[in-house]
Amino acid sequence: MNDFLNQIRLVADWLTSSAQWHGDEGIPARLVEHLTYSGLSLLCAALIGLSAGLLVGHTGRGAFAVASVANLARAIPTFGLVVLVVTLAGLSTAPVLVALVALAVPPILINTFEGVRGVDPAARDAARGVGMTEWEVLVKVEVPMALPLILLGLRVAAIQVVATATVAAYPGLGGLGRFIVDGLARNDYELVIGGSAVVVALALVVQAAFTALGRAVVSPGLRVSAPKS
Amino acid sequence: MSDGEPLVRWQWIADHTAELADHTALHLRLGLLPVLFGLLVSVPLGILCHRRRRLYPPVLTVANILYSIPSLALFMVFVRYTGLTEQTVMIPLTLYTLSVLVPNVVDGLASVPEPVRLAATAMGFGTVRRVLQVELPIAVPVVIAGVRVAAVSSISLVAVGQLIGQGGLGYYITRGLQLDFPTPIVTAIALIMLLALATDALLVLAQRLLTPWSRSRVTTA
Repeated sequence: MNDFLNQIRLVADWLTSSAQWHGDEGIPARLVEHLTYSGLSLLCAALIGLSAGLLVGHTGRGAFAVASVANLARAIPTFGLVVLVVTLAGLSTAPVLVALVALAVPPILINTFEGVRGVDPAARDAARGVGMTEWEVLVKVEVPMALPLILLGLRVAAIQVVATATVAAYPGLGGLGRFIVDGLARNDYELVIGGSAVVVALALVVQAAFTALGRAVVSPGLRVSAPKS
Repeated sequence: MSDGEPLVRWQWIADHTAELADHTALHLRLGLLPVLFGLLVSVPLGILCHRRRRLYPPVLTVANILYSIPSLALFMVFVRYTGLTEQTVMIPLTLYTLSVLVPNVVDGLASVPEPVRLAATAMGFGTVRRVLQVELPIAVPVVIAGVRVAAVSSISLVAVGQLIGQGGLGYYITRGLQLDFPTPIVTAIALIMLLALATDALLVLAQRLLTPWSRSRVTTA
């Protein structure tokens, strides 16, 4: 227990020393890099996952393909993919983005698809019955009803991306993982734990942000049934 | 990477088969034991959450928070206590499985139709026997769906453990980067994906064998 408290004190010391808050290698600069990797890849993954998930969910065609692709993508070791792309293409931002997009697409795709497919057929028929076009059925009925699952997919993807962007530091790229990898190389435990603490804090902020977003945008009528995880 | 270097040098793979097999076995152990431990924790915890609904939201929140901690960071926290050992990799991986397995056990138990529960009680099943012999078997498909997700992600996460020296096939990923030689990296990725997909297929098979009654439902659905 003493050791645990000691660990917390080390982290607090590290976090509050002014050296960590300035320059190219300070926490703010690393945080910006980390958020750039995470944000860009999440955006790309959302474009791919949402459009494919909505399309397949709405038409019902290609369900098997979606499940297979998502399953296959989940099996890819992100760490290996980052390292491979760096080895092939050299050190730049692109490798991290490719690997993180591959990581983030499956949860978004699967949940969007399941969400749209799970919409009560009676609601869909009623929407068509009152004269909505297919596009209106999708945007005004299916998407709002699928929103809890769509947000769940985005949240899982965001958490995974923020957490996994740390491995980008291993082949020599930036981001918050730098503190962990450098600390490990120099046997500087303070740096390792301090860096880890920042990443954990960021992941918790993302988690909280999605909970708040869910409260704000999901229709109150859908909140009765607890969202599946 | 030097120009003209092929993506895969087959000769390298042929020269390293024995070594690759050892790392593959190690990788499988590091990836799957956590799922087993996770299941041993999640089944009782899920039953408890199912019976005491008020426990479920806090348990789920804790599991989700654990899941949001990056693997690399969590490995580092445990290095202090368990050193650069296999446990340091397996404990975090076990904790990660909870966020998938606990909800699936709870949802699986919730999927048991009320008449079935009542019939079991009417036939004289006590609570313990009813849960073990009636409710859990009916929950198996949903639980296995969770085990599949947990196993696949666990197997692919093991590789990160290489940063603390315990990564199974992850060894070839860091090795390839150090040597600027893509063959070991490609081989490791391919083997990891193969392990994940083979495990997934075996779990589907296990579900068929464990729940022979659901097969007829699948064909009529």
